[in-house]
Amino acid sequence: MQSPASGLSMLLFIEQILNGLQLGVMLFLMSAGLTLVFGIMQVINLAHGSFYMIGAYVAATVMQQTGSFMLGLLAALPVSALIGMLVEALVLRRLYQRDHLDQVLATFGLILFFNELTRIIWGRQPLFMDGPEWLSGTVELIPGAPYPSYRLAIIVVGIAVAVLLYLLFTRTRLGMQIRAGSSNREMVAALGVNIKLLYTLVFGLGTLLAGLAGVMAGPILAVESGMGESILILTFVVIVIGGIGSIRGALIAALLVGMVDTLGRAFLPGLFRLVLPAAQADGVGASLSSMAIYILMAAILVWKPKGLFPAQA
Amino acid sequence: MKRSFAVLALGIGLLAGQAMAADAVKIGMVTTLSTKAGYLGEDIRDGFKLAIDEEGGKLGGVAVELLVDDDGRKPDKGKQIAERFMKSDGVKLMTGIVFSNVAMAVVPKVLREDVIYLSANAAPSQLAGKNCHPNYFSVSYQNDNLDEVVGQYVTDAGYNNVYLIAPNYPAGKDHLAGFKRYYKGAIAGEVYTKLGQADYAAELAALRATKPDSVFFFLPGGMGINFLKQYSQAELNKTIPVFGPAFSFDERLLAAVGDAALGVVNGSQWTHDLDNQANQAFVTNFRKTYGRTPTLYASQGYDTARLIASALKSVNGDLSNLQAVRDALKKADFASVRGDFKFGPNQHPIQDLYVREVVKDAEGKVTNKTLKKVFTGHGDAYAAECKM
Repeated sequence: MQSPASGLSMLLFIEQILNGLQLGVMLFLMSAGLTLVFGIMQVINLAHGSFYMIGAYVAATVMQQTGSFMLGLLAALPVSALIGMLVEALVLRRLYQRDHLDQVLATFGLILFFNELTRIIWGRQPLFMDGPEWLSGTVELIPGAPYPSYRLAIIVVGIAVAVLLYLLFTRTRLGMQIRAGSSNREMVAALGVNIKLLYTLVFGLGTLLAGLAGVMAGPILAVESGMGESILILTFVVIVIGGIGSIRGALIAALLVGMVDTLGRAFLPGLFRLVLPAAQADGVGASLSSMAIYILMAAILVWKPKGLFPAQA
Repeated sequence: MKRSFAVLALGIGLLAGQAMAADAVKIGMVTTLSTKAGYLGEDIRDGFKLAIDEEGGKLGGVAVELLVDDDGRKPDKGKQIAERFMKSDGVKLMTGIVFSNVAMAVVPKVLREDVIYLSANAAPSQLAGKNCHPNYFSVSYQNDNLDEVVGQYVTDAGYNNVYLIAPNYPAGKDHLAGFKRYYKGAIAGEVYTKLGQADYAAELAALRATKPDSVFFFLPGGMGINFLKQYSQAELNKTIPVFGPAFSFDERLLAAVGDAALGVVNGSQWTHDLDNQANQAFVTNFRKTYGRTPTLYASQGYDTARLIASALKSVNGDLSNLQAVRDALKKADFASVRGDFKFGPNQHPIQDLYVREVVKDAEGKVTNKTLKKVFTGHGDAYAAECKM
């Protein structure tokens, strides 16, 4: 027989698993694009978070004008992809031959540029953005634990994107070229693939996914200048854990980081309460849970220095 | 020939500029205009400038020059700017800092240099208690005030099992302490989240499981928007009411939160609907000039400027006798947009504190409406420690 208390904590546990899954899916959308760019083009793109911000701003603006979240989504995706390809052609192309420090400096400059640009266009205050009406409530997946429908939708979108990317990489010519490019780009170029075009397309795909993540985040988070930087750090943790250039690694690592971060925040303070006084336990728990993903990263790098699924053998 | 003429003209222009500036009283404003929090400094600045513009470039009949620079929310940068204002511009009056950590890095040093600092926002407890200073005036509040008023209101309203959330940094703990000073019921849970945290799903699930009868949160800026949106998406707002200080409910944030904030009761020393003449004029002029409803930060900037105006008038623009300026400021002889206003022994406000409710106005805009005056002539808990 199960006591009601353990039944309740079981429900809470399942709910936190869903929360972890949802954060993981979000991180996957961000890291899929970044890991491709990093892996294939060997460019450290710190400005990836800016495309997340652009996606959210464009969707919020279109949504305010039309009242439709879906139109916002439809507008934001091509805009993020196009701006991404433009930035690739204008800025990044000049950086491929430079060393990583130059790339970091230049793409950091892009962050400042885009943050200031949003401030000039939209003003300093955050923007309003809401999800579609039909996703505004909660659903009881498990009786007794209502879960926001919008968060479920994020999980569904994330899984769909993962499946689409899988099909793209395993079933299409373009996917094959991208995979080849991330394993050995000199060889791909030597075989006559237009590597310039491939780079632009990959970069556009990456920024499109970042834009999608931004749109999906808009109804949950504040749409504000600089919103991309907070998720960018987690994204880098994900691609380092997953192995640079590997989509599969990005997926596994994103889910892992999402789970560890969420479950750590949810249960570590409680665990410490078993052995420490409450006030102290909360302090230690809070500090340790914010460190948890970095501890995870360090542990995995000790075990596998190139990440879980390194693309380049 | 032509060129030397141009240089000469430039020289004359520069000299003329300097001569004009020498007459004007310089006021240095160190504030936060960039980063996510940039709109806070923007509102303080715009409120302050409105008071100057209303007098056609003067305060209290004395010409003033407002120097503004952005601290980027960084204590070090704030220090550099303050240093420059004092050393190369000869500023004797300073104001504008938004964040307490920046204030703690800048203000004590400024005060030692015989410069008067008037806070238009940040008012950390250290500067209200043991480290109070004759050169320091807080025109806004003492940081804990807006939490204290909510604590009293929540207790009066009969809630007795509250769940507390704040970011894990010194100000987060201070604000919860302010609430607990006047809240008399039980505490269902007390959670400190990461500063700048975006997603509160884990905390909300844990909150639901502890079944509190109310929630009090201090999550300034974007964190508050995230929390309120997610709270409403989880449909917790239908069963457990939320309370907080005004910092997550200013007019510009509310526009970004939308319906998710409706019905939330929050504590403030000022609201745009307060019924007094100075306030009505301020709100009308601010809307006309900037095309938006002022926030409490704007009201604090405006009040700071008007307080300076009253002092400048009294000393006739002569800052050479600092004691006379301090005495004039201390009288607080100006019509505050908050109504009654005076300084306590530690030169922090003694003022009325209100709770207000987030409602939809006639045009469908989400805004604040004053609900109730909770404290009349309220000071702060640290005044007794101040030996001046």
